[in-house]
Amino acid sequence: MIALCIVPFFLRAYPIELLIMFFINAITVVSFRLIVTTGGYNLGHWVLVGCGAYASAILGKSFGVPFAVAMPLGGVMAALVGLLISYPLVRMKGFGFFIGSYAAGEAIRLCLIQFHYPFGGINGVSMIPSPGTISLPGLPTINLSNDIPYYFLSLAVMLICVFLMYQIDRSHLGDTFKSIHTDDLLAQCVGVNVNRYRILNFVIASFFAGIAGALLAYRVGAIEPRNFEILGLVYVLIWAVIGGTNTFAGPLIGLTIFTVIFEATRPFEAWRPMVFGSIMVFILVYLPGGIADVIMKIPSAFKRPYRRLRGEGT
Amino acid sequence: MAILEVKGLSKYFGGLAALSDLDLAINEGEIRGIIGPNGAGKTTLFNVISGVYRPTKGSVIFRGSDISGLPPDKIAKMGVVRTFQRAALFHDFTVLKNVTIARHLHAKEGVFGAILGTARQMEKESEEKALELVEFMELGDLKDELAMNLPHGHQRALGVAIALAAEPKLLMLDEPVTGMNPTEKQHMLQLIKKVRDQGITILLVEHDMRTVMGLCTHITVLNFGKKLAEGLPEEIQANKAVIEAYLGGEEIAA
Repeated sequence: MIALCIVPFFLRAYPIELLIMFFINAITVVSFRLIVTTGGYNLGHWVLVGCGAYASAILGKSFGVPFAVAMPLGGVMAALVGLLISYPLVRMKGFGFFIGSYAAGEAIRLCLIQFHYPFGGINGVSMIPSPGTISLPGLPTINLSNDIPYYFLSLAVMLICVFLMYQIDRSHLGDTFKSIHTDDLLAQCVGVNVNRYRILNFVIASFFAGIAGALLAYRVGAIEPRNFEILGLVYVLIWAVIGGTNTFAGPLIGLTIFTVIFEATRPFEAWRPMVFGSIMVFILVYLPGGIADVIMKIPSAFKRPYRRLRGEGT
Repeated sequence: MAILEVKGLSKYFGGLAALSDLDLAINEGEIRGIIGPNGAGKTTLFNVISGVYRPTKGSVIFRGSDISGLPPDKIAKMGVVRTFQRAALFHDFTVLKNVTIARHLHAKEGVFGAILGTARQMEKESEEKALELVEFMELGDLKDELAMNLPHGHQRALGVAIALAAEPKLLMLDEPVTGMNPTEKQHMLQLIKKVRDQGITILLVEHDMRTVMGLCTHITVLNFGKKLAEGLPEEIQANKAVIEAYLGGEEIAA
């Protein structure tokens, strides 16, 4: 934590940029996993990030809404889109949800292309205003479009979002989501309104995806529909699969590992798809629970015999 | 007083009548057994009452209000809760967590409660109540085990505990002793009686005749989706039509 606060002052621009993207991706993948807790891989998730990016960018550019307002509104907009598409999507399960969510995402993306006003068609939205400045009394004015301030901004937003989602995950509400994944019929027969909870879950996750999108839009300054094509989604899936979605930390671990490998393989860029393809296949075959599952098993492997010695275990 | 009334209930699957024009009344406090040969419509009846299927015709009246066609969660809310033939559990959770989750109905919690942690107190109460139920079903020693690691008999008992967590007035058990050994069966019978003594009416489907005869206060026999006979266990045992249905109309020396 402390390292994360000190580190940007010693880094050059590129690694800072990398960390900013890492924070944004962290929000994306954790919100992606939130939907997985009720059972499905939402293949429209990257487009929901796009919705947040577009909404906040347009609000900032065309309506002069300040960044501090545009960012949460980007989340709200994505949540509204999520609400709209979740209505049919929560009535699908397993493979149907897979295809349905992809189709819904593509439909939205095509809307972004087809409607020139306000989405700018295929060229998207460029010249997104800078996130502005913060002036605190007694301190020099901070320009958020600079690397280090934006680094701290995205770090803070990421921490808040991840914390909120963690709170949900470990609450009774989070358990209800997971119970739907485990056995939706049983959950329904003890009184859980399955569709309502799946919609709620989808909307919450969409909100956070939208926040990630807003952070992204204001960092890169220009967005276009192509940014939210399937490739971005594939990355989200890789993060989730590498880390595993059984635990809250899994996707974050997956994202970290991915980012390290991704940067390490920069000299052999042409080989990257093969490297990631092999890793994915290996993990899916030998570690279906992802790397987080393996990490979680290590302490219990040590703990068990110890507990047994003390006569506490069963 | 009848707690549950089924009137003229029919359920068709395509041209097949799984239930046709069935009437049934279950009184408060009884243990009603539903028996019948394979394909008699027992499980369909369960699925229709619990809302998993919509009836084609007819109505299901629970304590004076029509519940036919409502979704399962609404029906559970009103106090009709079922278990499943398979060991339907939240397998990746501990025994205690399984029951806590099923306390859902009585532990309302919003998104903000979850985020702010203001719902913790309520969660704790919910867990205490769940622990009571786990102990009631004699699973106290196993409360921290994962549901999937339990032996079959305990899994079925946990299934009942999950159903009880929704605080039913009518509990429907779908073949509660299937696949159990005699000791497990005996134990389950005691548990079911214990549940009934709490004032919960029980409706159960079962193949195991000895269990049904030893447990139920009243028995209804279904055949081809229709009621074949109804009465006390002794009456059913002596009923010609029932014996015929079970043995295919042939006399077989025992």
